[in-house]
Amino acid sequence: MSLKQPDPKTRRLVLAAAPWLFFVALILLWELVCRAFSLPEYVLPAPSAIVDAFFKVEFSRWMTHLWATLRVALMGFLVSILVAVPIAIAMMRSELLTRTLYPLLVVIQSTPVVAVAPLIIVLMGSDDPSRVLITCLLTFFPLVVSTATGINETPPELIELSRSLDAPTRRETWQIRIPYAIPYIFTGLRVAITLAIIGAVVAEFVAAEEGLGYFIQFSTSFFRIPQAFAGLFFLAVVSLLLFKSVQWTQQIFFPWSLPKK
Amino acid sequence: MTGTATNRSFVRLSGVGHRYDPDPATPMAVTGVDLDIQRHEFVAVVGPSGCGKSTLLRMISGLLKPTEGEVSVFGRPVDGPRDDVGIVFQKPTLLPWLNVRKNVLFPLKHKYGRYSHDDEKRAGELLEMAGLESFADKMPDELSGGMQQRVGIVRALLLNPDILLMDEPFSALDAMTREQIGFDLLKIWEENPKTVLFITHSIAEAVLLADRVLVMSKRPGTLLEMLDVDLPRPRTRHTISEPRFAELTERLRKHIYEPEAA
Repeated sequence: MSLKQPDPKTRRLVLAAAPWLFFVALILLWELVCRAFSLPEYVLPAPSAIVDAFFKVEFSRWMTHLWATLRVALMGFLVSILVAVPIAIAMMRSELLTRTLYPLLVVIQSTPVVAVAPLIIVLMGSDDPSRVLITCLLTFFPLVVSTATGINETPPELIELSRSLDAPTRRETWQIRIPYAIPYIFTGLRVAITLAIIGAVVAEFVAAEEGLGYFIQFSTSFFRIPQAFAGLFFLAVVSLLLFKSVQWTQQIFFPWSLPKK
Repeated sequence: MTGTATNRSFVRLSGVGHRYDPDPATPMAVTGVDLDIQRHEFVAVVGPSGCGKSTLLRMISGLLKPTEGEVSVFGRPVDGPRDDVGIVFQKPTLLPWLNVRKNVLFPLKHKYGRYSHDDEKRAGELLEMAGLESFADKMPDELSGGMQQRVGIVRALLLNPDILLMDEPFSALDAMTREQIGFDLLKIWEENPKTVLFITHSIAEAVLLADRVLVMSKRPGTLLEMLDVDLPRPRTRHTISEPRFAELTERLRKHIYEPEAA
């Protein structure tokens, strides 16, 4: 073992570069394996073939599919925020409501959405509303749980402070409990945003004429495997960007809520 | 906002006790406490952990109703949280999403939903008095533990309460910070006299700060002893080296460690 420590600048550079280098190495390995064994494209396309396929598809077509998926995912995400946060607050206020609702929430959460999705499409038609509902079924539960946890974890001293001021309960909720729950809510949002994309794709797999999920499915069924992979990577990048946007939102608007370094 | 404080103002506890569990077979947390606190008196309470010191404080604040006896302030029975009481908790309990100034103003914002320009001025003056004016725009997590607790004290002073209840306010601080903040508290108290009930684990701290030290027994908590502290004011770090200081702390230790012999 060497006692010599690398200087901190180098160390930071290595730490920042490591994941990228690893990623590039994986891609290179992939390319090599495909060429070395001359794997057919319909089994496993080489990365170069996937890049080719990506640029063969018109930009406007990509945007149409992207917009279809993004629209459903974001609407589902927003709707579940609008529903989950008030439900969590109401559940904090009333034990009766918690007892009544919680089992139902668990049942919804533990039913595989993939199994329910076709039934929802049959029931509500293959339009945006049914896709948004499918998305909501996935995103809603983690949001309720994380918000309710944050609200209930509010330290008793803060509640006592509020009570010692004889303040109305409404202000205890809005000025103490909800702000206190913000870091918890963001934990839920980070989970929910990736689930929202999954929900939108599941809905497209069941019935759709556009969207990235639909694009992947339809490319596969025509054995355009490199094109399916291109759609998959595009989807992964979009999902990652959405996840990052949630983090950025927290960093910009609620910097105090981030864990201390 | 100062209310109707007059010379007859005082806190009186007569036969006060509290049992958390309604079952009469369970022990009382506090029982049979009779106590008169003079206006602007600084009273410290010491006693073993779990002896009901905080229960006593909560009953005076109105956060907790005594199950026996009565607490009255200014001759009127206490039946709920009151305007003229400021509480400083063991932890600073600052709101991490508000800066120091807004934390100090929080009691007004929380109680009435707003505060005026004058209130902001007053918050500024209080912060200045506590030597915190340059930290007014900082967030709580940028402050040391001692400074956070100072903000907690300043916040308790915002509504200009007649009574300041302090529940082991310095117990989370290191020894040096603790001593310094104690002297700062005395300075604030001398400039704005208040009736103070100060709960602490530290015998030396109790003697150094208070006019009178109450010793509480183990559960069920009751008053064992009252000791008048006749050390001259203002008290400084020289007070600690006076023989009288050692004498008083020694006597208190005796009461606590060998209550039968005392």
